[in-house]
Amino acid sequence: MSIETPLPVLKPADFASDQDVRWCPGCGDYSILAQMKKVLPTLGLPREKIVFISGIGCSSRFPYYMNTYGMHSIHGRAPAVATGLKSTRPDLQVWVVTGDGDGLSIGGNHLMHCIRRNMDLNIILFNNRIYGLTKGQYSPTSPLGKKTKSTPMGAIDNPLHPLSIAIGAEATFVARSIDTNIKHLSEMLKRAAEHRGTAFLEVYQNCNVFNDGAWEYATNRQTKLETTLELQHGKPLIFGKDRDKGIRLNGLDPEVVELGKGIKEDDLLFHDEKSPEPSLAYLLSRMRYEDGFPEPIGVFRSVKAPQYDEMINAQVEEARKQHGKGNLDDLFNAGETWDVK
Amino acid sequence: MSTAAPEKQISNVEEATVRFCGDSGDGMQLAGTQFTTTSALAGNDVATFPDFPAEIRAPRGTKAGVSGFQIHFSSNEIYTPGDTVDALVAMNPAALATNVADLRDNGILLVNNDAFDKKGLEQAGYDTNPLEDGSLDKYKLHSVEMTKLVRLAVEGLGLSQKEADRCRNFFAMGLVFWLYDRSLDPTLRFIENKFGKKPEVAQANTKALKAGFHYGETVEAINTQYHVDPAELPAGTYRNIMGNTALAWGLLAAAQLSEKRLFLGAYPITPASDILHELSKHKHYDVLTFQAEDEIAAVTSTIGAAFAGAMAVTASSGPGIALKGEALGLAVITELPMIVINVQRGGPSTGLPTKTEQSDLWQAMYGRNGECPMCIISASGPADCFYAAQEAWRISSKYMMPVFLLTDGYIANGSEPWRIPKMSELPKIKISHPEAQDDSDENFKQFDPYTRDDNLARPWAVPGTPGLEHRLGGLEKADGTGNVSYDPENHQHMTDVRQRKVDLVADDIPEQEVNGEKTGDLLVLSWGGTYGSCTTAVRKAQAAGKKVSHCHLRYINPFPKELEAILNGFKQVLIPELNMGQLRSIIRDRFLVDAQGLNKVQGKPFSVAEISAKIDEMV
Repeated sequence: MSIETPLPVLKPADFASDQDVRWCPGCGDYSILAQMKKVLPTLGLPREKIVFISGIGCSSRFPYYMNTYGMHSIHGRAPAVATGLKSTRPDLQVWVVTGDGDGLSIGGNHLMHCIRRNMDLNIILFNNRIYGLTKGQYSPTSPLGKKTKSTPMGAIDNPLHPLSIAIGAEATFVARSIDTNIKHLSEMLKRAAEHRGTAFLEVYQNCNVFNDGAWEYATNRQTKLETTLELQHGKPLIFGKDRDKGIRLNGLDPEVVELGKGIKEDDLLFHDEKSPEPSLAYLLSRMRYEDGFPEPIGVFRSVKAPQYDEMINAQVEEARKQHGKGNLDDLFNAGETWDVK
Repeated sequence: MSTAAPEKQISNVEEATVRFCGDSGDGMQLAGTQFTTTSALAGNDVATFPDFPAEIRAPRGTKAGVSGFQIHFSSNEIYTPGDTVDALVAMNPAALATNVADLRDNGILLVNNDAFDKKGLEQAGYDTNPLEDGSLDKYKLHSVEMTKLVRLAVEGLGLSQKEADRCRNFFAMGLVFWLYDRSLDPTLRFIENKFGKKPEVAQANTKALKAGFHYGETVEAINTQYHVDPAELPAGTYRNIMGNTALAWGLLAAAQLSEKRLFLGAYPITPASDILHELSKHKHYDVLTFQAEDEIAAVTSTIGAAFAGAMAVTASSGPGIALKGEALGLAVITELPMIVINVQRGGPSTGLPTKTEQSDLWQAMYGRNGECPMCIISASGPADCFYAAQEAWRISSKYMMPVFLLTDGYIANGSEPWRIPKMSELPKIKISHPEAQDDSDENFKQFDPYTRDDNLARPWAVPGTPGLEHRLGGLEKADGTGNVSYDPENHQHMTDVRQRKVDLVADDIPEQEVNGEKTGDLLVLSWGGTYGSCTTAVRKAQAAGKKVSHCHLRYINPFPKELEAILNGFKQVLIPELNMGQLRSIIRDRFLVDAQGLNKVQGKPFSVAEISAKIDEMV
């Protein structure tokens, strides 16, 4: 019988570092930080096994505020730093904190490759649709026409949609939440943490200084039940204050329908987060408020697939099965050699 | 008609230089490496210089597609692949046109005359056939119908004509093996190993090889064989080794000597990719190789692996190093140990990918934003890469800072005999990590990641260790606590500390050697891959009675402590470099010494003659 040391019971406060949090008062980042501190003690992991890696931007200050291991790296590169860390130490739980500029603009390449490798990382993308730290330029998720300091006549590049990108790269876990919906947010953080492989979570986050109200439609108590739709696995896509609207597939296109008047729940699209095909999740990621759709929140996709961090280490083990641990003297002396007396 | 082989003479020579050249699809690199192995096994000292085009298959028969491999072998110790060629094998007119100028007068010229048809001559820019117009009269020309003879030799094996023609390089090898009195056995073993699963190919290559050898024996026109005795090298077991292989093995050794996992983050780039290939073959030594999506991910994953406690390495060439610049700043400010390898090639931009140059010294020295000093060491030759890799890791892990290791295309692809060390003879690399602490203990102290030991190294606390949780990052750190600090005095202090860490290495390296007297008329100062040609040129000058000495630098940042006194001991200083004067400018800057340069960037190493000429001009 083995004697196991019980894990210490940790509280949210145990995850707070001694550093003052320096985000602007009212920033959505505070909410995400608070939920993270609440979720981590529930995961059954000791603090030293948790690492936060970030890039550059407001969100990327996150690691300084966590009493775990962490690195505030350089702009856009957090997924790559995390890849080296996690490959070397697969026993660690590694979080990547990034933003819409950090993750999708300067670091877009790393994000895509990290996802397709299915590195076991939890990537949280704080999407505030603006460059906050550099004081208000448009970001890759800013809508067309967005007027900012760098786009006084309006943005003329099409925005990227983080979840469409993640699903396009066949992410094995894709979810969305909202900074003000703290119960949902903590549930999504927990789901992301529990997923093996790359978990990609987009959080609608309000920058109250440079882009206040960017997600107003999704957070306003009066409208949010009409403009968002909470996904539940195996359940039909229903939304609305009176839960009287749903999403139905018309051919390959989703459409908003009203329940009743001859339309039953069974006619609606049913959510299947475990579908091996990413097409449904992709379709959901394209439902946008400006096109008259409620925007889904929740888990879009959650499937199992081999993880890079495990496979890279499995190859070491496999090579050892074939060749043993190796002897460098033998390696150096293999092949053609000659002796000089 | 007599069937007996004609009488042949054997002439003993001290050394010889042979070059195989042909189309890049003609297998000249293989011919060269086989001849090298055979000469090394015969006990000669050898030095090689492969020279190939950047295109994998440039248009056949063109000058752009010519690939060459030069081998210098000797009964004495040698340091370079040779200035001029004693025997040149040219498989087509383009190869002849681009290489014949390097053949010494009265040198042996072996030509595949079947390739000298109208089209081949035109592609090489010949108006008349040089084999017939007398323009090659100053050489011992042997015009051989190689294509025809090879086709005859492999007849009956069921090979297509194209497949038969692919054996031509073995015919050329056989002929050169005969010419230099070499055994066919190593190459026969190679054929068996390489083509054993394709018996018809193995048989065809064997037949072509022997046909070449017998051709030499039989043909009356070639009446002299040359023999080079074994060299007197220090006792031991030797093998031939290429620079990139030696470097990869040096990394493996360093990982084992420091009891570390080895992590290589790399993106394919010429001429560094072979380091990635070699390490990928040795995963069972606890090696993780990560082929990243780009150079930036290669270096930042390396930083992640260093944070995780591995021996972390990234390897690239100039353009890749340029992309890594910002991340190297992160490595410097986080004070994490790692090796950054630059196998230099011709620049700027894509430049000359397959050609050698030493023009990234400034990049290594200055190529980052902010005050961002990095320790720089350089390997002097293929075998030295093995030791340079270990030295880089010793310094990096001891001082907790990234270290640049510079090699170049010439070292990376060149080869030389290497006296194989025993692992037990190599010094261990001691690394310690701070121990876990219990945060419920009353003596628990918040861990400060930027406290320092006598070497100014901070503790390498590895994620996963209880009680040492800390955060690193690219923002300036307060010394001690490692918290973000914008304090003006602290920034000055940390900038000074990062510089002092590099400077401290000067107290921790071997005394700088001088080859020759410590004072004199001229000091030749060199670094990196020019070691061989500088050594040879200086020895010649010394033999001629000149007061010339040679100082070859392994450590460029910091310089060895003795360097200033050494420089001051000479009336003149000459710095030959395959760049436009990068070390020279650093030396002038540091020591106010009016050093002269010998500089070229032509994608080729220095010949000994070039350096000798400059020495003769100066003293």
